[in-house]
Amino acid sequence: MIRRAVQFIDERSGAAPFLRKALRYVFPDHWSFLLGEVALYAFVVLVATGVYLTLFFEPSLADTTYNGVYEPLRGTTMSEAYKSVIDISFEVKAGLLIRQTHHWAANVFVAAIVLHLLRVFFTGAFRKPRELTWLVGLAMLMLTLPEGYLGYSMVDDLLSGMGLAIGYAVALSLPVIGDNFALGIWGAPYPGDPAFESRMYITHVLILPVAIGTLLALHLTLIASRHHTQFRRRPPQNERKILGLPTFPAQAPRSLGLFCAVAAVLFLLGGLVQINPVWQWGPYDLAQSTNGAQPDWYLGWLIGALRLVPGFEPVIGDYTPVPNPFWGGALFPLVVFAVLALFPWLERRMTGEHGFHNLLDRPRDAPGRTAVGAALFAWVFLVFFAGSADRAYVFLGLSYEAQLWVYRGLIWVVPPIVFFVTRRVCRELQRSEAIERERIRAEGEATQVWTESAIRSGR
Amino acid sequence: MRRLRDLLVAVLALLLARLARRRGRRTRSERIVAPANGSTRGETAAAALLFAAALCAAAFVVVYGFDRLGDQTQLLGLALGLAFAFLAAALITIGKLLVAVEEQEDEYPEPAHPDDQEAIDQIARESAAPITRKKLLTTAGAAAGGALVAAAITPALSLGPWTDTSSLYRTPWRRGRGLVDGDGRPLAADDIGESFYTAYPEGASHDELGAPLVVVRLDPAALELPAERVDWAPEGIVAYSKICTHAACAVSLYRKPKFRPTQPRPALVCPCHYSTFDPARAAAVIFGPAGRPLPQLPVVIGPARELQAGGNLSGPVGPSFSGVRDRPANS
Repeated sequence: MIRRAVQFIDERSGAAPFLRKALRYVFPDHWSFLLGEVALYAFVVLVATGVYLTLFFEPSLADTTYNGVYEPLRGTTMSEAYKSVIDISFEVKAGLLIRQTHHWAANVFVAAIVLHLLRVFFTGAFRKPRELTWLVGLAMLMLTLPEGYLGYSMVDDLLSGMGLAIGYAVALSLPVIGDNFALGIWGAPYPGDPAFESRMYITHVLILPVAIGTLLALHLTLIASRHHTQFRRRPPQNERKILGLPTFPAQAPRSLGLFCAVAAVLFLLGGLVQINPVWQWGPYDLAQSTNGAQPDWYLGWLIGALRLVPGFEPVIGDYTPVPNPFWGGALFPLVVFAVLALFPWLERRMTGEHGFHNLLDRPRDAPGRTAVGAALFAWVFLVFFAGSADRAYVFLGLSYEAQLWVYRGLIWVVPPIVFFVTRRVCRELQRSEAIERERIRAEGEATQVWTESAIRSGR
Repeated sequence: MRRLRDLLVAVLALLLARLARRRGRRTRSERIVAPANGSTRGETAAAALLFAAALCAAAFVVVYGFDRLGDQTQLLGLALGLAFAFLAAALITIGKLLVAVEEQEDEYPEPAHPDDQEAIDQIARESAAPITRKKLLTTAGAAAGGALVAAAITPALSLGPWTDTSSLYRTPWRRGRGLVDGDGRPLAADDIGESFYTAYPEGASHDELGAPLVVVRLDPAALELPAERVDWAPEGIVAYSKICTHAACAVSLYRKPKFRPTQPRPALVCPCHYSTFDPARAAAVIFGPAGRPLPQLPVVIGPARELQAGGNLSGPVGPSFSGVRDRPANS
């Protein structure tokens, strides 16, 4: 049976040598190597649930009156888009399950990508020959942020409208071209042309997912062509040999099992844990906003940055070269992504290391890189936490203004401290390992000397 | 006869050779997959888990079949989630107990292929050799490519008014236009009490950035408006654009001190990034990221004590852009 199927395919495609190699492709084993796979599988769930949602969602801002089963909104004027999402939630069977699973999957997707990025960064997996893989991965992360943002923005509830208003302000704040750019995208001053909804929709369901999918294919192709990295093990491995489990039969059930586990968690979350109950927010009205609104977690760092910037706007004559939201909403993420994108080359320049690397570093093996990474991520996490200062005010009663001034100081003070402390810790760990190695070597020698002298003395 | 014998010998030889080849194929020498021990208990467990997955998936179909069922979303999620969870457990059991999990060694691919690199370079050079005026052709090619790209993106200009930004300065307010509430009822001076009111332009759309206002009543003695705005707040009633000059959210919080003077002064606050404006001092920014005060609307109390606009807002509404201070707001 299998023989004949293989023969059929091979004679028509010549794929047998490739398939044979693919079946025995070697996967080094470490738990942290699964993070990228989790992201991949969350993407699969996103596409599947997303396709289902498009069968019911109506991307239109035309006014309609709600007369569905959800009592509190009956008689309310709202857009077709918002109404169709409420209908998906209450009247389409299994609609709420799929919608919530989609939303949870988006959150897990970005989280898995970020954790995967941290793993790759701190183990030095981005080094030659894998810089392109790193850049493609970063590009995917940069696309997932607008992808997620558009997903909850096109629902046209009050919360999504607030998010869009902020997006509009950031677009408008680009120096010199902001007004042209924002009007071009929105078609009119905010809330924009009604066609803006269609623009969001096609971007969310076609342009960005296809871009992400293409980059994903490229990412995986590059990984397969250079093979996986692996951790150093004893006996010392060299850069030429790769050790691990073959795709088939060892890796395949594990990987498929991971896919099922990811799907299980996402569907359980989608069924049991409420997320973005849009019917509670009400339709969007630009004269309304709610207190305590927070975006999805992956935009928290941008909210934090927008809030931290003090209220200044330099003016030259009547001209405003840099409107305020530019600093936190555009420049800050650009700086973070630029540093990450250039890091492989920055590191090479700093260390003068140009070789090929298939073996991973442990964070302590590269104190400089680990310290830079820790400082950078501490900076971003601080800004992220600053975005929740209003919640800390509500729950803990800490003065919002005082908290903000503390954060404004901390973001300059903490990263350098983190840098020096991390570098010191890494060096100390290295040193204690060196001492340990020396001890073992000396003890071994002593034993040998003792044994030799024992033999010589005839005991 | 001789020919027949030759033929027979030839056929026999062919057959033998074929048989030998077949036998050779059947007896492949060494194994590819390392031998695994297998485990009867593992097989039982995997089968049980697979059956459990099947059961949960079937339960999903059954739950879906009910028309009115409380907690249907939860039950559907539970059924589908558990089906995947059992499947995951079955696959991991198979991966751990039933198949060979011996580590294999492999070579990393060649880091580079210098011969091929050289060949590609050579192909390019030799192919381009007959062309003598390379610069001319490169220039012409760049011109064609650039112009075509420009032509291809030109239709994108239809997306919006990319160059005409006058709409950013426009508001529906003008002298004599009445202030109404969300339902279109005119607001009178006596309607404005101690609270915080949202007003819209009478007879104009409520759904544009320039429309909504916040209206509050302050102690006239406490007002510190610039000299040219002294008559903009009759009886202490001030009106500002409700759209935050930082990021276009609605300024929908009003901090009103109850215990003067221990509490801070009255303030309008935007809940998105907590820009805080002082309504007594022409909405100057007293905290948060906003870079401009909220534009102020001159208020006039009409003959029937109804509130009216005494002119347009003091500046363009909404978030800043590079030209925001270039021109005043217009109707």
